[in-house]
Amino acid sequence: MRIRVVAVLLAICAGTALAGTLNVQVRNAKVRATPSQLGKVVADVAYGASVQTGTLQNGWYPVTLPNGVTGWLHESTLTKKKIAMSAGTGDAATGVSSDETSLAGFGFNEQVENKMKADGKLDYTWVDRMSKFVVDPAQIEAFRAQGSLQGGAQ
Amino acid sequence: MNGRYWLAMSILASLPITLLFCGCETVGDVGAEVGRATGVLTDSEAESVKRGAQAVDKTFQDLTPEQEYYIGRAVAATVFQSYPPLDRPEANAYLNLLGQSLAIFSNRPETFGGYHFVLLDSDEINAFAAPGGLILVTRGMIRCCQNEDELAAVLAHEICHVTMKHGLGAIKQGRLTEAFTIIGAETAKQLGGEELAALTEEFEGSVGDVVKTLTVGGYSRKQELRADAGAVEILRRAGYPETAIVTMLQRMDERLSHSGGLGFAKTHPSASSRLESLRGDVVDTGLPLNTVRQQRFAAAMQSIIAGQ
Repeated sequence: MRIRVVAVLLAICAGTALAGTLNVQVRNAKVRATPSQLGKVVADVAYGASVQTGTLQNGWYPVTLPNGVTGWLHESTLTKKKIAMSAGTGDAATGVSSDETSLAGFGFNEQVENKMKADGKLDYTWVDRMSKFVVDPAQIEAFRAQGSLQGGAQ
Repeated sequence: MNGRYWLAMSILASLPITLLFCGCETVGDVGAEVGRATGVLTDSEAESVKRGAQAVDKTFQDLTPEQEYYIGRAVAATVFQSYPPLDRPEANAYLNLLGQSLAIFSNRPETFGGYHFVLLDSDEINAFAAPGGLILVTRGMIRCCQNEDELAAVLAHEICHVTMKHGLGAIKQGRLTEAFTIIGAETAKQLGGEELAALTEEFEGSVGDVVKTLTVGGYSRKQELRADAGAVEILRRAGYPETAIVTMLQRMDERLSHSGGLGFAKTHPSASSRLESLRGDVVDTGLPLNTVRQQRFAAAMQSIIAGQ
């Protein structure tokens, strides 16, 4: 009887560890219909959002968003760490200890960059400009088709 | 089977769970918790011990994608002070189309702020990958490439420096320990003036470490060869001929021998040793050069190559 109780308790704990909630660690992760970077984008998930994940398959997690949308996220976009949003974002977390945050509000961040700018140490004009050189998935698809690029293996 | 046996078993079984819930990851954590529990340390002393231990344990691998993004932005802004960007919208648009269509086939297809590429107004043969995905390519490097496939090889190599975090690895450990100590002292609130000034100092030092490596010291030979091998993998996945990296390196070797040891020659192993290392990795499919890719490369880069 005791053995069964201990076994059940351990099984519950193991199940909890593999519960499959991960957090988005990039500004805007793209949820795709298939586990491929060429898959159709079905949703965008913002930094700090939590998603329910299944088992990792070749670098991709099957995910279910809070609104029920399902798809795939690349493993590089997700972290186990909880993400505490910085103060003033409307998402500010409280009661999150420093060792479990992904430091959204701390560290080398916008606050530090703003101080660099205020001190006149760096000019970010071109950094901001090049950050707006964005290519959408449809353009990539057309570029690859035009150039007869037949790859696609991950 | 007596009661004591079951008590011992329960404690053993619960240890990993206890560590999980108290978030103890290091010996320092455990020491602090034990100190607190036994009354040897006050709560604030225990927290201080824990923070110090955690900071010492952390390396550049513990920098989050967001922190990497802000370091990369400052690195790019610093490089622009010596290498001004080239304001050529069409050429930069093509560079981004090519670069971003390669980055999706890397092991890290999505970074915090994404991959972005820009040309630099410099005749030096060089390219720089700032952490997080800001990639800068000189006019001299474009001239070194005869077609899209070879430029793809250059960009794939730079993308690999980002995915492998080679830039972040250049940051001195002491700076990171200082930074993590300051960061660890704060929880979900904005930093105060003193902490912000101290952290900004560590930030500047970290950015300086990366820029120095990119522009003066160069990465290690091992890192360069890994980036080459990773580039071959990206080319293969994306459908470009892997031999493009070989022809590009051969031409670079020839051009650099006339450059007097500037730029790439200063910060990279010799092209011949890189070619030697790639031997056996590159598969030659024997396909002829694709004319559509050749034409679009020429159309986008013609004026850059001509130096207009």
